[in-house]
Amino acid sequence: MSPPARGASALLGSGAAYGQIAPLVAVFAGFLVFPLAVIGVASVWDYENYRLVPTFVLRNYAELFSSGVTYVTYLHTFTLAFLTWGATLLLGFTVAYFLAFHVRSTLWRTVLFLLCTIPFWTSNVIRMISWIPFLGRHGIVNSALLAVGAIHQPLEFLLYSDFAVVLAFVHLSTLFMVVPIFNSMMRIDRSVIEAAVDAGASSWRVIAEVIVPLSKPGIAIGSIFVISLVMGDFVTVRLMGGGKSAAVGLMLANSISLLQYPQAAAGAVVLLGVVLAVVTGILRMVDIRKEL
Amino acid sequence: MSAVRDGRRPRSFWVLAWVFAGFVLFLYGPLSAIVILSFQGPSGGLTFPMQDVSTRWFRALFEQQRVGDFKGSFLRSFELGLVVTALTVVCALAAGLAFRRGFRGSTVVLYLALASMIVPSLLISLGIGLMFTLLGLEPAWYSSALGAHLTWTVPFGLLIVLAVFNRFDKSYEEAARDLGATGWQTLRYVVLPLIAPSLIGVALFSFTLSYDEFSRTLLTAGTFNTLPLEIYGMTTNITSPALYALGTLTTAFSLGVILVAVGAALVIQRRARPGRARAAEPAS
Repeated sequence: MSPPARGASALLGSGAAYGQIAPLVAVFAGFLVFPLAVIGVASVWDYENYRLVPTFVLRNYAELFSSGVTYVTYLHTFTLAFLTWGATLLLGFTVAYFLAFHVRSTLWRTVLFLLCTIPFWTSNVIRMISWIPFLGRHGIVNSALLAVGAIHQPLEFLLYSDFAVVLAFVHLSTLFMVVPIFNSMMRIDRSVIEAAVDAGASSWRVIAEVIVPLSKPGIAIGSIFVISLVMGDFVTVRLMGGGKSAAVGLMLANSISLLQYPQAAAGAVVLLGVVLAVVTGILRMVDIRKEL
Repeated sequence: MSAVRDGRRPRSFWVLAWVFAGFVLFLYGPLSAIVILSFQGPSGGLTFPMQDVSTRWFRALFEQQRVGDFKGSFLRSFELGLVVTALTVVCALAAGLAFRRGFRGSTVVLYLALASMIVPSLLISLGIGLMFTLLGLEPAWYSSALGAHLTWTVPFGLLIVLAVFNRFDKSYEEAARDLGATGWQTLRYVVLPLIAPSLIGVALFSFTLSYDEFSRTLLTAGTFNTLPLEIYGMTTNITSPALYALGTLTTAFSLGVILVAVGAALVIQRRARPGRARAAEPAS
């Protein structure tokens, strides 16, 4: 193809590209951007007798920022997010490292990887409920501990507590760490590791100075997933916390169920801002486009 | 590390293997407990021990007045999942082709997709719910909830398609074009057969994510519940093993879907093997 013809076809091609991207853009415009804009608008509206009043007031934000509960809840949510992040990172990195560097046959690697991913394709609510027989007052853990005499009364904190919430978060979202970290690890050139070993590095030093730095993009992507999932969650906190745990998402869900939409909208805008700020902070460390 | 090369398993292998086994147990243990407990006898409760064995709680699910509208909500979730799957595959594939050609604003679209995965589900639910209210529309599982699910499944589909195309060998298409195939023929007879297993992956993701989605459906489903909403409702009302029975059934259904998808992908991959592939018919 001669250069001018190539130019013309590229022009034609880009027209076709816009046609091909249109459905996706339509989905995001209609069900992501516009709804978020609606939330933004509703956050400065007033409400009277459960009816929305289109106006411009900052009352919803003022109420949000003047309430001590907001700060306490945010702090608590950050704590939950941090604990979950730490646990999923440790567990996810270890699992990914095992799969990527210690399982040698491709077949086994695929089988074990699938084994980890299958629960991801089942219902989260069911996966949370499935902790009841383990952690409940008369659950397996308490029965076992009572039987061996380690405790004399059932432990109450196992279910319906912050412990249960974090446990469920780790249970539900470790996969979001495993997959991107595993993906990063599989791209590491094995000869780099050989070189480090030949130069006399111990296993630990290879991990610390070769594998961890080269897995950083995967770690960053996993962290974004886990942190944004925890920050925006309300189901896990409600089901596993049983009223004994609080979170920003739950606070929002509560004001929604009370039909206080402008209040909820203001809360939503602030939450979105916080989540995006955290994500942007993490993104500074990695170029996601390289990871596809 | 050095032991990895000369064939012996180092001690670290066994430590890590135990950690991995523990992780798998952590993933599957609770689930297997509710599967067992769903066969609890009529007088049994939500925890062990088993009081006899029965299928009483499974039967209870099919008596509508007992535990809510399980059949109706299952059918709604199933239909919604199918529609979401079809739309996601089309949107993601088309978008993947667009990204290959390149277009202005592609970075913005990519970040939009990432944002769609990161924005808390509750916010999407709230936004779409409010949007429908303001537009004077009645939210329903086939309109507002459908849109809400697409904001979750389409980004996943797009990322998979982009990853596939990044590894796609362009020489196949060039060969087809050199033989005189039109753009459509190249897509239909060369590209699609090659990426079909990945598209099944996209379909599997879309269906299961939609079928199990809760937060995004909460404020967008309208009058009739989808299955996850029904299950969630049951957690507050039902304190019998019927809850576990439903969990067992819906998990078994998800596993069935995964098996079908994996089977289909394997069959297609075998058919697409070079020796057996039919050559694209060149344009006359």
